[in-house]
Amino acid sequence: MSGVHVTTTVNGDAVEFVCPPNEPLLDVLRNRLGLTGAKEGCGTGDCGACSVTVDDRLVCSCLVLGAEVEGRSVSTVEGMADGADLHPLQSKFIEHAALQCGICTPGFLVAAKALLDRNDDPSETEIRYALAGNLCRCTGYDKIVRAVDDAAKDIRKAKAKAATKTAKAKAKKAAAK
Amino acid sequence: MAEAVDYKYIGTRPVRPDGVDKVTGRAQYGADPILPGMIHGRILRSPHAHAMIKSVNLSRALELPGVHAALSGADFPGGIGDEAIGGESGGTMSDLAKNVMARDKVVYHGQAVAAVAAQTPQLALQALKLIEVEYEVLPVVLDVRAAMQESAPLLDPTCITKGVKPEPEKPSNVVSVTTFNRGDVDEGFEQADLVLEREYIVPMAHQGYIEPHGCVAQANEGGAATVWCSTQGHFEFRAATSKLLGMNMADLKFIATEIGGGFGGKTVVYLEPVALLLSQKSGKPVKMQMSREEVFRATGPTSGTYGTAKIGVKKDGTITAAKIWMAFEAGGFAGAPTGPAAMAVFSPYTIENFKVETLDVLVNKPKVAAYRAPGAPQSMHAFESILDEAADELGIDPIDIRLTNAASEGTTAPYGPKFPTIGFVECLEAAKNHPSYKAPVPEGAGRGLAAGFWFNVGMQSSAEVHVAENGTVTVVEGSPDIGGSRASMCLMAAETLGVEYESIRAVVGDTQSTGFSNVTGGSRTTFATGMAVVQACEDIITQCKSRAAATWGVDDDQVEWEDGHCVPKPGVNAEVKPLSLADMAAAAAKTGGPISGRASLNAQGAGASFSVNFTDVAVDPDTGHVEVLNFTAIQDAGKAIHPAYVEGQMQGGAAQGIGWALNEEYIFNDDGVMQNAGFLDYRIPVASDLPMIDCEIVEVPNPSHPYGVRGVGETPIIAPLAAIGNAVAHATGVRINELPLSPPRIVAALDAAHKA
Repeated sequence: MSGVHVTTTVNGDAVEFVCPPNEPLLDVLRNRLGLTGAKEGCGTGDCGACSVTVDDRLVCSCLVLGAEVEGRSVSTVEGMADGADLHPLQSKFIEHAALQCGICTPGFLVAAKALLDRNDDPSETEIRYALAGNLCRCTGYDKIVRAVDDAAKDIRKAKAKAATKTAKAKAKKAAAK
Repeated sequence: MAEAVDYKYIGTRPVRPDGVDKVTGRAQYGADPILPGMIHGRILRSPHAHAMIKSVNLSRALELPGVHAALSGADFPGGIGDEAIGGESGGTMSDLAKNVMARDKVVYHGQAVAAVAAQTPQLALQALKLIEVEYEVLPVVLDVRAAMQESAPLLDPTCITKGVKPEPEKPSNVVSVTTFNRGDVDEGFEQADLVLEREYIVPMAHQGYIEPHGCVAQANEGGAATVWCSTQGHFEFRAATSKLLGMNMADLKFIATEIGGGFGGKTVVYLEPVALLLSQKSGKPVKMQMSREEVFRATGPTSGTYGTAKIGVKKDGTITAAKIWMAFEAGGFAGAPTGPAAMAVFSPYTIENFKVETLDVLVNKPKVAAYRAPGAPQSMHAFESILDEAADELGIDPIDIRLTNAASEGTTAPYGPKFPTIGFVECLEAAKNHPSYKAPVPEGAGRGLAAGFWFNVGMQSSAEVHVAENGTVTVVEGSPDIGGSRASMCLMAAETLGVEYESIRAVVGDTQSTGFSNVTGGSRTTFATGMAVVQACEDIITQCKSRAAATWGVDDDQVEWEDGHCVPKPGVNAEVKPLSLADMAAAAAKTGGPISGRASLNAQGAGASFSVNFTDVAVDPDTGHVEVLNFTAIQDAGKAIHPAYVEGQMQGGAAQGIGWALNEEYIFNDDGVMQNAGFLDYRIPVASDLPMIDCEIVEVPNPSHPYGVRGVGETPIIAPLAAIGNAVAHATGVRINELPLSPPRIVAALDAAHKA
């Protein structure tokens, strides 16, 4: 089987690879790009451990073919932190002890980020349903839900602060005029 | 109760030292190592649940370009003895060998029959199709009751039941009978005002860890090898692999990668000996990783059970007699958790007359492995359900009937010893005083309560503690960290040494770089390995005191350790300045060289951990759906070193118990083929199925541990089975004694009750 040449973006970097047409994106990420943060828990889209986003859409990377990400933008857990700064979800997961073994954590973080990117003030029920595609066997989800809720608070605070700053800057500019 | 002690670090909730690696995707699990030149192994599994293997032909697979090695049972050394596997799982090494790779017979669908290693995983799968195996198919037996019939097909024609007298003359599928007795049950039932007798069925269930088994093995030409594996105990994995391959243990280095859940299921080897033999044959590093389907078909699970329970109770709630008979599915090889099931079931109570009999029965299903409190969820489901029914009949509150009969310090445990300080009464009282228990049951819902008990174990652990030249500290342990135990080790070291938590890091050493430690299992790690860490720190303190004494020119016994410093005893040479651990480390070159402490021990005095759980559920009579409205878990931890991770154990165990009670079960067709070998059909709870799990940690310190630790990992899974069952009974008015309480079973039971 001859390989497919794919040009794509992974965590903001331009990436090229060659893979067989039937190879899942998960195997490409793990075996060809060395990004082993996404985990294979089932290979059938039932556990969410391999969650990534493709053009901001949350997917199970075991159910997407590597060849399908041509020209798209893939984000994995490895791309969540901003340089040395952890994403609020990452910090809150550690702070709330929202992981025990940690194998499901990359998938939960990616799925939770997809939720908070579109809704930064979710209810407990909304959090639970948004994460219902991600299995965790260690925590009973309690501390995961609390961590996501707390991260959402941080994100809202940061946004409010940024908005105030922008408003102040605008006002200053207007006054100067 | 011992007085509460104020600690500086213990009982706080700092972040775990391995946290950042686990939220950034850096942490390496079993399937993550990538080695130069690595190839991929896959296993061919039996399509039959019971068959003789007539022949295995690997030659066509080996001819496929890109295939580097292939093997079958014949490639493994024979003559494996019948010594026990040890750790937490039952059975013998010779059975383990056959479970790793079948020899002349397969006893369950999915048993390993052959393996290949090839350039890519896809090529390996292709090669498996070229392996020719000739089977002679045998009749299958799947139900314990059928397996005990004289006409049943025999899985092991040499199996003579142990534990019955006289010894049976004929072989059967009953491997052993475990019996515990006290008093006279017949007399006890006669004294009772109420006698109930019921049947209880619990299904086979899987541990359900999210990480499938995975490893990488690299053999060299000189006979040495390194294995990276996801394991609860890399020392036991090394020993088993050495035994099964006839290799020199000194040549084997086992590195425990991070582990993606185990719950008992990663205490025994499946892949490691196969990967290592494939690596030896190919001369290349071999990665093996199971699919989820393989995990379901060929690893874990825990026994399904069929049993009867009988209880005699006086009007005031006193239990006069109790009897349990329970047959456990062993799967294809001996080793169901019948011992602990029998020992645990009456442990929360003082019962003068009891008899418990548990049977280890061979059936054509996967060989069972340890699963969180092995055996206790099944046996205690029966007793906690029948006790609840008795309380209902007598109009007694479920907490009160348990308080009336509760075991306490000095009670003789059903399995022999007298209990030292235990916290069952404290847990029951905490439940009684809990705001959620005082709150009324929501309209239309039902409340259920049940208790749990687990012995906890000690076993062997080692720890080394190294003080760096600036006084920072590395703790090296041999216990794989599944749920945050590195943080607990650092907290205990910080408390003992009197230095900041942030200046201590814990690492899990490989088999060649730290002393022997048994598996992370039996709720033993924080207790036993923690004890080793504390003793290793005390070793450092002794050395520091001696060095300070030499520096100050006083006797060793004139120096004390106070808040992380060597200080002279009151009245002794008061002019000297206290020496911190950092001072001692900086001066180490002048006082005898680097400062390291070590301890290896066989921990004694593990403290039993009791629990009480209660829950309110709502049942939809039309669909049979059960909604868990709230769930409260109360448990005696002895002392919670890191309370967040103690709560995590309680919450996770509760979720597993709720899943087992409501949904989880192995479903087989008549040929013994599991019909739901995936997470879509074997449905474990997801976030939207559960409420918050409220926790109350009771602390009745274990006098045998320096900080009072009991161990908390296993008890949490037990009580939810009966608590949910009792709640469903109260919500619907119908007792359903077979789990899971899945929608079709509930609808059928409600329909039957309406007709009757």
